[in-house]
Formats: sequence, C-alpha cells, structure tokens
Amino acid sequence: MSRVAALILPLALCGCAGFQNALGGDGGEGANFVRLFVLFTAVCTFMYLLVMAGLFAAVLRRRRNADELTVDTGKHHESAPLVTRALAAWAILIGIGLMALTVASFFTDRSNAAITRDPQLSVKVTGNQWWWDVQYSFADTSKSIRTANELHLPVGVRAEVTLESNDVIHSFWIPNLAGKQDLIPGRVTDIQLVPRKTGLYRGQCAEFCGVQHAHMALDVTVESKAEFLRWAAAQLQPAPAPRTPLELAGYRYITTRECSVCHNLSGTPASASVGPDLTHFASRRSIAAGTLPMNKGNLYGWVADPQSQKPGTKMPTIGLSPDELHAVVAYLQRLK
Amino acid sequence: MSSRFRNSCAILAVAVLLGACDREERQSRAKPLGETVPAAASPDTIYPGDPSRARYVDARGASYEGNAFAIAQGQQLYNWMNCVGCHAHGGGGMGPALMDEKWRYGGRIDQIAASIYQGRPNGMPAWRSKLTEDQIWQIAAYVRSLSGQVRKDAVSARADSVSNTPPQTQTVRQPVRPADSDQQ
Amino acid sequence: MTSALEKAKAPPAKVPRDGPRLTGDKLHARLSATWERPRGFIGWLSSVDHKDIGRRYIVAALVFLALGGALAVAMRLQLSRPQNDLIGAARYNEIFTMHGTTMMFLFAVPVMQGMQIYLTPLMVGTRAVAFPRLTAFSLWTYIAGGCLLWIAFLLNVGPDIGWFAYPPLSGPQYGVGKRPDIWAQMVTFTEVAALAVAVSLTATILKQRAPGMTLARMPIFVWATLVTSLMVIFSMPSVALASSFLLSDRLVGTHFYNPAERGDALLWQHLFWFFGHPEVYIIFLPATGFVSEIVATFSRRSIIAYPIVVLSLVATGILAFGLWVHHMFATGLPRVGYSFFTAASMSVSIPTGLQIFAWIATMWTGRPRMQVPLLYVIAFIITFVIGGLTGVMIAAVPLDLQLHDTYFIVAHFHYVLIGGAVFPLLGAITYWFPKATGRMMSEALGKISFWMIFLGFQLAFFPMHISGLLGMPRRVYTYPAGMGLELPNLLSSIGGLVVALAVLLFVINMLASVRRGRLAPANPWDGTSLEWATTSPPPSYNFAHIPVVDSQSPLWDGKGELAVVHGLRVEERELLLTTVMSATPDVRDPSAHPSPWPVIAAAALTVMFVGSIFSPWAVLFGTVPLAIALTAWFWPKTKEPTLEPSIS
Repeated sequence: MSRVAALILPLALCGCAGFQNALGGDGGEGANFVRLFVLFTAVCTFMYLLVMAGLFAAVLRRRRNADELTVDTGKHHESAPLVTRALAAWAILIGIGLMALTVASFFTDRSNAAITRDPQLSVKVTGNQWWWDVQYSFADTSKSIRTANELHLPVGVRAEVTLESNDVIHSFWIPNLAGKQDLIPGRVTDIQLVPRKTGLYRGQCAEFCGVQHAHMALDVTVESKAEFLRWAAAQLQPAPAPRTPLELAGYRYITTRECSVCHNLSGTPASASVGPDLTHFASRRSIAAGTLPMNKGNLYGWVADPQSQKPGTKMPTIGLSPDELHAVVAYLQRLK
Repeated sequence: MSSRFRNSCAILAVAVLLGACDREERQSRAKPLGETVPAAASPDTIYPGDPSRARYVDARGASYEGNAFAIAQGQQLYNWMNCVGCHAHGGGGMGPALMDEKWRYGGRIDQIAASIYQGRPNGMPAWRSKLTEDQIWQIAAYVRSLSGQVRKDAVSARADSVSNTPPQTQTVRQPVRPADSDQQ
Repeated sequence: MTSALEKAKAPPAKVPRDGPRLTGDKLHARLSATWERPRGFIGWLSSVDHKDIGRRYIVAALVFLALGGALAVAMRLQLSRPQNDLIGAARYNEIFTMHGTTMMFLFAVPVMQGMQIYLTPLMVGTRAVAFPRLTAFSLWTYIAGGCLLWIAFLLNVGPDIGWFAYPPLSGPQYGVGKRPDIWAQMVTFTEVAALAVAVSLTATILKQRAPGMTLARMPIFVWATLVTSLMVIFSMPSVALASSFLLSDRLVGTHFYNPAERGDALLWQHLFWFFGHPEVYIIFLPATGFVSEIVATFSRRSIIAYPIVVLSLVATGILAFGLWVHHMFATGLPRVGYSFFTAASMSVSIPTGLQIFAWIATMWTGRPRMQVPLLYVIAFIITFVIGGLTGVMIAAVPLDLQLHDTYFIVAHFHYVLIGGAVFPLLGAITYWFPKATGRMMSEALGKISFWMIFLGFQLAFFPMHISGLLGMPRRVYTYPAGMGLELPNLLSSIGGLVVALAVLLFVINMLASVRRGRLAPANPWDGTSLEWATTSPPPSYNFAHIPVVDSQSPLWDGKGELAVVHGLRVEERELLLTTVMSATPDVRDPSAHPSPWPVIAAAALTVMFVGSIFSPWAVLFGTVPLAIALTAWFWPKTKEPTLEPSIS
C-alpha cells in the first residue's frame, strides 16, 4: 500500500544517521530516547493494526442476510452478543497499554535525570536574535571563555548548560545529544548534556524567534578530554596579532570602525558585547550561526553584505570598499 | 451576496488601513539615497541670511519617521550604543534631555541625524565611522519618538525592560523649538 | 363594561393554529408568510433563519479554507528544495502565521459551528435557534474578523508571529508595528462570535427539543454540539483575556508579559493553551458527531453502545481542559507537574478509543454501503488513529522534548485535524448537501476527489514524521542541504499539491451539483434523524408540524408517519419549549423576527475593535454606536401574545 511505501522509502533513503538527528542517540539520553521511541512505536503500531483489522473486517466481511442487525431486518437497535465483552476487553487493553507507556515514560525520565546528575562542566548559553552566546566558566574565575554559535564538549563528561535569553523565547536543541529546552527572557532554565560519542553535530533553535529563526544553528563538537582542554587553552588566548600589512590594515579597520561597536576581540580595543565574540572566529565551522560554512569566499560574502545572506539580521551592510574588504577578511582569517 | 458584503467590507477597510503600507515596511538594507552626509547638516543658527528661511528638509527623514521597523531598530541601537549612559531614556544626565522641547542643534530628524553623525561639542561622539547611515537615521527616528514627534501607531508602547518612561504611545507631542529661538 | 378579570376569563380569540383543520398547502402558505425572510438586500442582511446563517457560515469558512490552502501550497513550494529563494524570510513568516490563524480561527471552528447552526434545530425538531438575532450577529462579527485579518495581510500589515503569537516576540518591543495587534483583535472578533453561537445552541438543545426527545434519544451529533458549546463557553474567555492583555501591553504599555516588571512570558502560554487545547477538541468533537450520524445511516442501524459514545463525548470534553501544559513541556516548569499532564494526555485517548470501537462495531453488525460519506469515515478512522497515536507518543515528556516544535508535531496535528475533522466534514457535507440544497452531489466526482485527498494527504504529511526526527524544526523558511531533508520535503510538496487539487475538485462538485445535481427526495440516504422528515431543502419553518419522538431513531421506528404536535400559532413566530430532561412540552415562546440590528451592531463592534488597535479612546467612544445598536435591537417590538391558557 502506498502508505507502507511512504514509510519505508524515506527511512531507507535517508537513513538513521545524521548530525542533527533525534534518532542518532549520541548523547547519554539519546539511547533512552531511541529505546522509548521504539517501544512507543511498537505498541502504537500494534494497536493501530488491531483497529485496522477490525475496520477492514467490519467493512469487508461476508454477511448472511438473516443475522443482520439493520433496519431491513428490524433489528437495528439490537447489539450483537459479543459486543459488550469486546468493548470491555478493548477498554482494558487501551488502559493497560497507556499505563505501560506512561510507566515507561516515567522511568525514562528518571533515568535521564540520573544520567545527568553532578555536572562537571558549566556552560552558559544566552539566546539572541539570531545567534548563540556561549560562555564557559571554570573554577578559576579569571579564566572564562566566550564564544558564539559553537559548543565544544568533552566526551563522557556531564555538562550543565544554563540557558537565558536577551530578547525573545528561543529553544536550545541538539537532537543527537538530548531533548530541547526553551530560553525564556526573565527566567533561567537549564539542560544537562552527557555526550557519549565524539563527532561533529549540529543544533538549531527550535522556537520561532523572528525573521531569521531558520538560520540560528549551533555547531557542536564532541571531542576527547585532551582535545577539549587544548581547545579551551587556545580560546583563552587573546586575539592573534596581525602578521602581514594587509592583516594590519584589517586589524585597524576592525578595531576602530563599525565592527568595534558591536563585536569583541579579546586583547584589542574592540570590546563590545552587542554581537558575537570574534576572538577566535576563524576556528569555527560556520558563519552567522550556521548560515554559511566557514571559508574564504563565504567570509567575503558575509562581511560585504550580510543582509543578502541573512536578510533581517542585526549586522548591517556597511558598504566596505574593496580594499577594506580584503583587509578585513585577511585579518578575520587570522583569528584562529 | 455574501461576496457583495465582503467587497464593501474590503473597500471600507482599505480606506481605514491605507496608511499601513509605509509604516510596516521592513527594509533590510537602506535605500540607496545618494550622498553620505545627511543634508541640512547645519543647525539653524549658522545659516546666513534670514534664519526663518532655512527650512531645508532631507527627504529621507520622512521615510524613517513614519516607519515602525526603523523606530524599533533605533530603540535597540539606542540601548546597544549606550546612548543611555549620557541621555538616560530621554531624561538626560551628562547629556541633554531628548524628550523635551529644547534642541541645541535642531530637532528635525535630519538635524538629529547630523548631530549623531558628526558628533557635537562637550562630549557627543561622532558616529560617522561607527554606524551606518541607515542605523543613524533609525536612532534619529527613535529620538524623535521620545518627545512624541512621530505618529503614534508607529511607536511601541514600552520596551521589555524596567519601565523608565511613560508609554510612548501616550507621549504628548512636545513643540520643537529651533536652536536660535529665544525660548530656549 | 368588562373588567380585566372578565377579559381574562373570556374564551380566547380565534388565533389560527396548525392542526387537523389547517394543514397541507394552506398551512404551508400561512407558515411561509410568517417565517420567510423579507425580500431585497436589507431582507437578506436581516435574516435570522438558522439555515441562512448556517449556510453563510459554511460558505465563508470554505472561502477561508481555500485562502489558507493557497498559503499552504505557497509554503510547500518554498520548502520543496533546500535553500530555495521563492519566498523570503519575512514573507514566509507572514504566510505560515496566516495559514495557521486562518485554518484554526477562520475555518475549523466556524465551519463546525456553521454545520451545528444549520443542523441542530432540524435534528431536534424545532423551527429556529434559541437566539436567532444573536446567531446572526455572530456571523457578521466572524466575517468582520476574517476580513480584518485578510485585508491587513493584503495591505502588508499581516501578522508574522506564528498562529499562537508567543510574547515577547509578539510583545511591544519585538512585535514591530501593528501586525500582532491585527492578529490579537481578530481573535477577539472570532471568540465573541463563537461564544454567541455556543450560547444559542446550548439553549436550543436544552429547551427546544421535540416532545419525547429525551436526552437519551438525542442524535449523537446533537450531543456533540452540546458538549462542544459548553467547551467553547469555558475556554474562549481564556484566549480573550490573553489577547486583551497583549493588546493592552502593546497599546498602553502595561506589563502583563514583561518579565522586567514582574510580568511573565509564560503567562501567555498558560492562558493561550488553556484555550488552545480545548479548541482542538471543539474542532474534533463535532466531527465525531458527523461520523456517528454517517456510520449509523450507512450501516443501516443505530450506533452500538449509544450511552458509551455519549459518555465518551462528555469525558473528552471535560478531560480536554486538563491537558494544556503538554504544549509547554520544554519551558522548564517543574517535572512533577509534567507527569500529571502526561497522564491526562494519555487518558484522553481512552474515550475516543471507545468511540472508534462503537463505530467499527456498528459497521460490523450492520450492512455498510460504500458511498462517499462512508468512504470519508473510513479514511477518517485510518488517518485520525495515526494522529492520535503520535499524540500518545508526544504526551511522554522524554519523547516530546525531542519532537516538540519539529515537523513531527506538524505531521501529528495535521493527521488529527485533517484526518479527524476535515475528512468527516467532507463526508458530512456530501451527506447533508441534498438536505440543504435539494440536489445530490456527484457520486463519481466525489469518489475521485475522495481518493485524491486521502492519498495526497498521506503523501504530504507522512514524510513530515521523518523530517521531524531528522532534525527539521517548525517555522523555518528554508533548510540546509545535506541533512536528509530533501526527499521528505519534496514528497510533502507533491502531496500538498494533490490535496489542493482534490479540494478544488470537491468544491467544483459542490458548485456544479447545486445547479445540475440529481434532484433529492426528503430522505435520500434513508436516515433516521428528524432532519430527514422534512423536505429537501427544508421550508423556512422547518417542519409543517412539530414532530413527536418516542425512540432514538424516529424515522426507522416510525413505521411511515411520525406523530406530530398541533396547536402552534401560524400568524406569529412561535416555538414549543420542552423540559430539559424528559422533553415534555412546557411553554410556547415567541421567536425573533428578521432584524437589521444584528448586522448594524456587528458593524459598530467592528468600528470599536478596529479603532482600538490604533487608540485606546476607541474603546470608550466605540461603545456609543454599539449602545445605540443594542438599544434598538432590544427595543420591544413584538406584541404581547394574546392571553390564553397554557398547555398542561
């Protein structure tokens, strides 16, 4: 039947692997989710098949005229003998099924809570229209990392992500790792993540937050503990110094002109926090919260005219001259 | 029959809502409108000849003043660029008040935009290489709304912050006294 | 000189009444003169005939269905390819907001209420609804609200904040301009209209049933109408409050949703979803009423386990009010509270499961005739149960936290809304079309459009389960390539086009059949409820004589002739009111005459509501024309009926 084909075909072709995939099961809760989803699907499919069997039998079965209970035989008010018992059995079956599913859901919830107790890493994510402000804090409060639109997590370590919003309601969702949690202005919510497999994943805002809600993604890197510490150490460094005259011109532009009133590059005069932190911008996988992959061409396109790539974004189209553009992009590429 | 009613309803509502188009426009880029410096950059006092004749108005101003998106962006930029630090939310402090009738350098939108663009003596920084023109016009439009100069259906009543002004939809329109007026 | 007392005791003047002496054509002439609406355009506007109002509700709702469907086609075209640039971000956000708002507020609830207005008096055996002018007023209010929204959309002031408009995005700072105000005020219009209809129908069902139609003998559709109307009365005020708070925040700077001043963005969500969840059952329960009627007629027997079906309707109606937080599982509220709503959300499927059993058992023990209305019922069961089961899935918090706000949810609610409400509606329109117009719809064209819409729907919406699991959030105007979303989206787009064509075919069938359909007798399907006891289409007075009912299927048990009541006036509009429980005749009551004041009051209300989008003074000054209109409306005009003994 067409519906069966419609079920199998996309699954077969799309597969269950993916970097923004709820069935990926790469987080601590992920295995629980897959298990619970499979259980629910199995039980629901079974009930559905029962209903369909009853429906098609009712419609297609061969009838003998004599034992019809219709207006034509005058028995249209009579009920068949087994109906009451079948109804009771059906009600009991539904009740048992739902109770089983509710109990399974409850235990999964508890298991998720247990997995994520005692977090060892603290991250604060603040949602903005349409980018993620990510801050890591450590025991030594003089060390704090601020980055944007990316999340690095050491594998197997429990991370507590505190969620706040600067403007409207957003939703933090990394399907491979865990369910979602809303970022609500005026409230602080949190989500615990325990990644189980290294890899590159993608998260996305899942609550409509304005014109560029579709382009508010998060690059997630799950890596070994050593790699994570290396990344953190690099992030703690100030912005790299320019090395060529072109980069120097770019550095001068960025730290004295329009860029400096919104962006922060640690260790330089540009120290605003209106827009994403750019200190190690070139080490990220994407530009503008997942709108464009990070490469030289896209950098040119983004800096020259952000409004054409992400119309409505808060970063204005400045109208740089070609020389200024070359210089700015050259220095941005230095920011590894 | 019911379509007849619907047609009449439509005509009526068109008349009512006709002003909607410009107010609700959301430009992602500024319209290319020529020169870089807002025209009529000078305050009234330094025009030669009869000051009352100097009523040159830049056409761009109207398109920003009546536009809800521009005013909302201006409100956001006003907070982001820390205008609040000197001007508070219109009441002034280190800098002059922006919600009253006194305008040292002119209270028309193009004069306000010029003040933001060029900077002014005694501490008003020049934003000409820090913000795009579009952004400066948006802030100027917002500043105009602080003293009630813009149409009330284009402003927002409040920001999502601690209440610091009366609702802007209720702000009484202040007169704009020119800089060379002896009522300053 | 006769004293007043003597006058009272005098034998009553000869008042013409229907009865054994006044029947047939003469009766028809007298009753038509009394009950027909006046001629001309003013007469058309002044109509308080529930059949006119019901028909206009349905036509308006179908127009909005077409408009909303066109928006859906636009969205599917944009999403058919990754990174498509057919529709830009801002315009797409307006389109999905308009699609959801139109479908939920301007199509789904009004079309169900329109069917209820049309059918309820006919099914309970009376001549009019309880409050005819109020019902007319609600029609014009609804149309005004719909016009407000769509004209605003066409003038580039359409809302772009999603159909449930969460603040702060819809609040004064981030909801720029007047777009969210248009949305919020449209909600006010439609909610006033829905409340008015609900009140009118509840009174009609409780007090105007034919003698002998006890509550236990009411058609199941009438039960569904009663439960739905009570749900409307309890849930609509919540959304009215929410939208009024939003309008107030935006217009005069109150702080209901401003966390910085101790308001709360979640207040909106609680108020909205307290309405929003019962709303979907307000849409679904009348559809189950359609299904019960169609299954009974086309299985040629009465519904099995009638008491269970009725209790299921009531239980669903009550339980529906305890589920709303399942829309808020991701907001960080205490988990203990969530468990309650998981349990409640799961348990609401039990009554519906019992209804499904009853329908299948009825078909099993009866002899089903595979005509278009029953085909739609079968498609309903096949489709709705899938939607209900995905609903059971997302009632579980761990599953919902992954699936919330993804295309899985889009799939779920289209399965329950289209499968659970639109399929029964199309079947119901086909079923009652002969009664309303006197002509049959084309069975062949009906079957073609049925298969197209059923198969097209599956193609359009099943892949959305997949794209949701693969990480596609809702309300995105585009998606990146390389995530496996291309194929599901392409399939959905193709399916969407098929559905659009199918609906177009259905409407063509309706329009062509009005002119050229086969003429229909009074009871073309051999149904058993009272609407089939009068002509097709019914006369303005519905029944020549009010029928008397002594069973749950009067036309099947009647053996030819129905017993009737004699004695109602024919020169004046008069209804027979009966008692609530046992439907014994109680009093005679006058019924409202055609009046232009409902439409004028609706116009005054429109001026007030639209004005209050722009200025708070409109709330004050707008009450003046409204007060004038209401005063003229309620000014006593009907002569006091002549004194005579009551029925005992």
